[in-house]
Parts: sequence; C-alpha cells; structure tokens
Amino acid sequence: MAKTAVSMTVNGRAVEALAEPRTLLIHFLRDQLGITGPHVGCETSHCGACTVDIDGKSVKSCTLFAVQAQGAEVLTVEGMAGADGTLSVIQEGFMQEHGLQCGYCTPGMITRAYRLLQETPNPSEEQIRWGLSGNLCRCTGYQNIVKAVRYAAEKLQAQKEAAE
Amino acid sequence: MITGAFDYHRPRSVDDAIALLSQHGDEGRVIAGGHSLVPMMKLRLAAPSHLIDLAALDELKGIAVADQAIVIGAMTTQHEIIADQALAARCPILRETAALIADPQVRYCGTLGGNVANGDPGNDMPAVMQCLGASYRLRGPNGERSVAARDFYEAAYFTARADDEILTAVEIPTPAAGHGAAYEKQKRKVGDYATAAAAVMLTLAGGTCETASVALTNVGETPLFVEAAGQALAGSGLDDAAVTAAVEAARAAAEPVSDLRGPADYRRHLAGVMVRRAVERARRRAAA
Ligand SMILES: Cc1cc2nc3c(=O)[nH]c(=O)nc-3n(C[C@H](O)[C@H](O)[C@H](O)COP(=O)(O)OP(=O)(O)OC[C@H]3O[C@@H](n4cnc5c(N)ncnc54)[C@H](O)[C@@H]3O)c2cc1C
Ligand code: FES
Ligand code: FES
Repeated sequence: MAKTAVSMTVNGRAVEALAEPRTLLIHFLRDQLGITGPHVGCETSHCGACTVDIDGKSVKSCTLFAVQAQGAEVLTVEGMAGADGTLSVIQEGFMQEHGLQCGYCTPGMITRAYRLLQETPNPSEEQIRWGLSGNLCRCTGYQNIVKAVRYAAEKLQAQKEAAE
Repeated sequence: MITGAFDYHRPRSVDDAIALLSQHGDEGRVIAGGHSLVPMMKLRLAAPSHLIDLAALDELKGIAVADQAIVIGAMTTQHEIIADQALAARCPILRETAALIADPQVRYCGTLGGNVANGDPGNDMPAVMQCLGASYRLRGPNGERSVAARDFYEAAYFTARADDEILTAVEIPTPAAGHGAAYEKQKRKVGDYATAAAAVMLTLAGGTCETASVALTNVGETPLFVEAAGQALAGSGLDDAAVTAAVEAARAAAEPVSDLRGPADYRRHLAGVMVRRAVERARRRAAA
C-alpha cells in the first residue's frame, strides 16, 4: 500500500514522515520518529503503556492509526521535562514517592496523570484511581503512583497560590 | 499487531462520506473513534480496504438538550457525554452508563454513534437506548430515515443499518422530570464488558409506578428490550411481588452463552440481579 506523508506536531516540534495508512501511531512515533517514550505493552488497547496526549486527550497510541493524528498536537513523556532537563512536577512526584519500579508503565502513567491534573487539578484518591484506571502497572501495586500524583497536585496547587 | 492494508479517506461532508461508502460497497467501512474497529482489524476479524474517517465531520458532533428531545451527534464521545452538565441534569443515566464503559483513554475516543452502530452485544449504550425509547437517524444515498433502537439490532454485528448508510445522530425522548433511571453493570474489572447489565427507567405517582421500561446488555446476541418486565412494574407499588415478576421476565428473556465471564446459568441469574438492583436505585431516584 502506498505510503503517504503524515505530519503532526510532537512535543512542540513539527514532524513529517512517510507511513502506510495502517501504521499505528505508536509505531510511527517509535520507529519513524525515534520517540521511544511511549511503550508497547499489550498492543491490544488494555495496558495504557502507549498513552500519549493528542489535542488534549489521553489516547492509547496502539489503537490509532498515525494518519488519524494528521495535523494533531501530540505530547509524549519526552515533552514533559523542561528544555534544560528539569523534571516536571509530575515526574518529580514519581521520583520522590517511588511511583515506579521497572519503569515500563511510567511514560503512560505520567502522560495520563498530566491530562488528569489538567482537568482535575486537586483530585481525591478515588479520582486518581478512576482517572488512571486505563493504565496497568505490574510492579508497584499502584499505591505509590497514587501518592506521586497527589504529590504533584499539591505542589502544583502551592505554585499556583504562590503566583496569585 | 498489524492490520490489513487499506486506503484512508477523510471526507469533509456527510454526503461525501456516503458517496465513498456507496462507491466501495462491502470493501468500505467508516471509522469513528476506532476503539471497537481497530482491535477487530488487528485480529483481522475486519479487513476493510477503504477506511472512511468521520473525524472531520463537525455536523456529527454535539449534544442538544430540549424539552421534547435530546439529540446527540454520532461523533460525540463518551468523555463528552460524561462532561455535559445539561445532559446529566435531564438524563443522568447516560453519564452513569458512559462512566461504566472501558477506561478514560477509550472514552476520549469512543463515540456514541460507534457504540450503538457497532452491533456488539457487549456494548453498553444500546440497551440504555432501548430502555429510553431512543431512535437512530440514518442517512444514505436515498435520504434520511429513523429506526427505533428497539428494532435496530438483528443479530450479533447485524443491524438495520444498510452498508451505505451513516448513523448521524441518536434522538432520545427527553425523560419526564422526576423520572428515575439506573444502569447496573456487573463486570470483572475496569474496562471489561458486562457479565450482565440492566437499564431501568420508571416514573412514580403517589407511590405507584406509572411507567417502566427495562433492557439488558450482553445476555444475548443483541441488546434485549424486555417489554414484559416493564409491564410487571407499571401499575404496581414496586412491591416485592412486582419486582420479582420483572426479574423473572428478564431471566426468561435472557439467552446468555457460557464464556470466560461465566456459565450461562450464572449470567442469566445475574441479569435478574442487575434488574432488581436497577429497579431499586431507579425507585430511590424517582420523585414519588
Ligand atoms: C479496552 C476496551 C474496553 C472497552 N470496554 C467497553 C465497555 O465496557 N462497554 C462498551 O460499550 N464498549 C467498550 N469498548 C468499546 C468502545 O466503547 C468503543 O469505542 C465503541 O464501542 C465504538 O465506538 P467507536 O467510536 O470507537 O467506533 P469504531 O470502532 O470507529 O466503529 C465501530 C463500528 O461501528 C461503525 N460505525 C461507527 N460510527 C458509525 C456511524 N456514525 N455510522 C455508521 N457506522 C458507524 C464502524 O464502521 C464499525 O463497524 C471498549 C473498547 C476497548 C478498546
Ligand atoms: S500497548 Fe497500547 S494499550 Fe497496551
Ligand atoms: S513500574 Fe513496572 S510496570 Fe509499572
């Protein structure tokens, strides 16, 4: 099948590459663009390791063709830290609260937590668990992931209050 | 997992989408959120050679709530249904149901139109639409028609929609103020399809149930509208005998198969349990 040029913005950078229509976004990001933060866990829409942010939505990039994201704004875990490498508050939370062990689920968790906190800046534990229910972790038992998101929520709230 | 190869189309109008569907016949398929279709394509259970993406069709988006009817565009996502306050005020069962579907990521993509057009008995919205007496607007090369959700489902993955028709919107008669409704879903984990589920809507007047409707998810080849269950409740005081009669009617209508979610007898039993719980919750929510 003929390849077509697919263009989008990934982590603020305009990108374009050739892809077959059937190329899944996860493979487009990893194989064509070398953006390997989003992981392939199950490839069957269940685990959330491949989660990226597309036009303000958390999406499992194994369940979307790259052509469907033509023209979209895509954010991956690579886009979370500052240009100088300073960790984002959510990343810092995962580090401080031991929200990861093997790290395989972490890019998906962080990307999903980012959108959750955009929509619900001060989530309860229940809201965090519900909000992250599309992301599976085989290692942590989730407790420290929930704490990491609470850490980030509290710090972001404090930063906001300080700025006001 | 790689899907079969296909040509990708992103039409700019519903008419263009219908023209593409007509042109490609069996080989063409529309894609909405893709969260039922892409998994099927990965398994090669579906292998369309032309994929027609409805994403650019703004005319298929949006929720309009009025006194007579609620009209929801086919491309409205489950996430948008959960977020809509006006909808939740007039017809809260839709938020309740959408929140029981899949997980957050799937709900950002999955659309109402895809959920009801898909024809998978595991989908949750079809039984709710049958319970609410909704109808589906279909548009094809010969114009528009409307099919009641209660008449739409023929067998698993077979519906009244013709191959060259697009489901443009779902129209729901606005439930009476003071109605009570509930969707009860038994599932093994977040993101699972129902082992059995039931939708119930009722109205009360002076403690008597005036109207009632009941429908079931995933205990048959299609969603099941159980008219006899609604009849057992209507006119009663929702006393134990009436509720038990409705439960029995639901169990009699259910035709589950044994699968990984449990043996058929268990799932039939569960269908009854879901009806009992949904009636109880709908009753508490209804204004007496
Ligand atoms: C992990 C996971 C868990 C899930 N759990 C649940 C669950 O618990 N309950 C549930 O109900 N669903 C569940 N789903 C399915 C999900 O809700 C789907 O998004 C939904 O069923 C289909 O909507 P879609 O927009 O993704 O449709 P698509 O996948 O794009 O389309 C589905 C089918 O409908 C057709 N179609 C779509 N839109 C139209 C239209 N406007 N006109 C004509 N035909 C159309 C397509 O051609 C295709 O055949 C789950 C999915 C996943 C991946
Ligand atoms: S790899 Fe996409 S959900 Fe698991
Ligand atoms: S840290 Fe290993 S899967 Fe989550």
